[in-house]
Amino acid sequence: MATRSTLPPLPSPSAPVPGGPGRKRRVNESVSTWRLTDRIGYLFMWAAGLLLCAIGIGIVLFMALKGLQYLRPSLLVSRPQADLDQSKSGGFLDPLLGTVILTIVGIVIATPLAVASATWVVEYGRPRWLGRAVESGIEIIAGTPDIVIAVFGLVLFQQGIFGWMSFTAQGGAVFGRSFLTAGSMMSLIALPMVFASTREGLQAIPSHVREASYALGKTKAATIRRVLLPSVRANISTGAALGMGRIAGDTAIVVVLLGASLQLDPQGDVPGLKTLKGTGGTLTSYVYNNSPAGEGNAPQKAYSAAFVLLLIVIALNFAVDLVARRGSAQGIETSRLGAAK
Amino acid sequence: MIIEPEPMTTTGDRSDPRGAPLPPPVRRIRLDEPATIANAPVVGEGAAPGSSRMRRATLRTHGPERMTLEGLTVAYGDNTVVKGVSLTIRQGEVLALIGPSGCGKTTLLRTLNRLTELTPSARRGGIIRIDGHDIDELEVTALRRRVSMVFQQPNPFPMSIFDNVAYALREQGSKRPATRTLEPYVHEALQRAGLWEEIKDKLDHPALRLSGGQQQRLCIARALAARPEVLLMDEPCSALDPKSTQVIEDLILELREELAVVIVTHNLQQAYRVGDDVAFMYLGDLVEYGAAEQVFGAPRAERTRDYVRGAFG
Repeated sequence: MATRSTLPPLPSPSAPVPGGPGRKRRVNESVSTWRLTDRIGYLFMWAAGLLLCAIGIGIVLFMALKGLQYLRPSLLVSRPQADLDQSKSGGFLDPLLGTVILTIVGIVIATPLAVASATWVVEYGRPRWLGRAVESGIEIIAGTPDIVIAVFGLVLFQQGIFGWMSFTAQGGAVFGRSFLTAGSMMSLIALPMVFASTREGLQAIPSHVREASYALGKTKAATIRRVLLPSVRANISTGAALGMGRIAGDTAIVVVLLGASLQLDPQGDVPGLKTLKGTGGTLTSYVYNNSPAGEGNAPQKAYSAAFVLLLIVIALNFAVDLVARRGSAQGIETSRLGAAK
Repeated sequence: MIIEPEPMTTTGDRSDPRGAPLPPPVRRIRLDEPATIANAPVVGEGAAPGSSRMRRATLRTHGPERMTLEGLTVAYGDNTVVKGVSLTIRQGEVLALIGPSGCGKTTLLRTLNRLTELTPSARRGGIIRIDGHDIDELEVTALRRRVSMVFQQPNPFPMSIFDNVAYALREQGSKRPATRTLEPYVHEALQRAGLWEEIKDKLDHPALRLSGGQQQRLCIARALAARPEVLLMDEPCSALDPKSTQVIEDLILELREELAVVIVTHNLQQAYRVGDDVAFMYLGDLVEYGAAEQVFGAPRAERTRDYVRGAFG
């Protein structure tokens, strides 16, 4: 039986009286009434946010100052040459193209694999131990250092059956270094991000949406293809753009599996495929080689290339925001499904 | 257990010094009282808000049988939630399932188009027939096209209004029908769901931009597009405002001419307003099943009487 509380009311410290009928100004909560630890925590949150903001702006400003100092349009369109005289060593057209090609190869391989595995894990995932094993496997890939992936890839792609992917010497030794082999391993860098965002998108779709499709007499395949995957389109794009940023910024795989050469070095005669089969370099390897640590030792060009790389990655991040925002504008953001609660 | 307004002993300490309106009196729930029956909201003919509706004149002569349930039992693991229920679902009539939460209404409804099979632990006994055929012998997609369902939450798919309805018609075979051949069917379904006038100019707009009531009617249109024989509705109005609720109730009364409707509802007034037959379930048992007037006006079982008069639930 419910009884009324006989306890006296707890003292509430200096509770401000709610605004009377005549007052226009809204009375807000005052930090001065908080306890000390809460105030310290509040201060720390502000400080942490502002500090990271400052670091981000600092990096971009520093790279812009250094990079723009030496960046000329001619650098973007001229091919690099190996020359001690910096006025003759050219620009970084080839590394720029290398970054673009490698990113595309990597994401084209990663996205279908990631979407398919995420769909299987969420929509099927039976037997359960197998579903967990798939997720653990992807976590391991996500946690593996890129240099380990690179060395593993080199051993793998030097096997004879992968000879078509790279240059094969006369004795039959497979070189194992090309855009195809590097892109395949790069896809492992991007795959966990696409997988995670697709899985989260699918998990956010309420089960009654799936049931609504089944209740119309649809098969599971039709439900996945026509209802679930379109719902997570924005999630897939977000994951893919993040993954592309990771690929564009990776160095170890480029050095080990792409050759990190100054120029694109096609192999064979088939147009297009000869570039993919050949070695090359990217902006990251160009920056490394031209930094004081590398053999080129042209820091000015390294700064310019680094600034361009930074712009590419920032542009990809903005693309992520844009896709997410457009997704919500079209109402395909998953959280809006069945949102009339 | 009865709920009664607490007598207001002192009015002085309740009134606000600035003359603001008084808060509503606290309702107290007494658990230790015997289940005495409070003054019932009379729902007999001629008194309740829904009594003005057109009841079927030929209520005693039933429509053709569409589905029959014989000894239907459903269990999730060891927990039996529907116990030996036998019912008949007829075309041209609305069957309203009522009962307190957790009594198995929704499970019963979901069993009719075999949606319970999606729950791995669910097991089913008894026979369900549609037009004389055991539903287990039909292919599940074919069954679900004949027994369609509308859910509690409006759940349009993230595509255009047109595609939402057309989805019910597409993806049935290996060949995809052209949009132009689907158009008349989509228009007809939207008209039957009473949505056509509001959205005829924006068929290509995303369905998720519609209001909640419009979304629910779109879901009904989607369910109707496949031309089902039976329409299952799982508390279709519980997420909607009163006005949208009335629109959908009117729609149900129109639809029952062409198909059999089974509706699960928590709202007794709604069950009376739209139901021709009412089935009252309690803890998995079918306690009472009969014409709405009889179940609400002269219930045979004590439990039903208590429930329809608001004594528990």
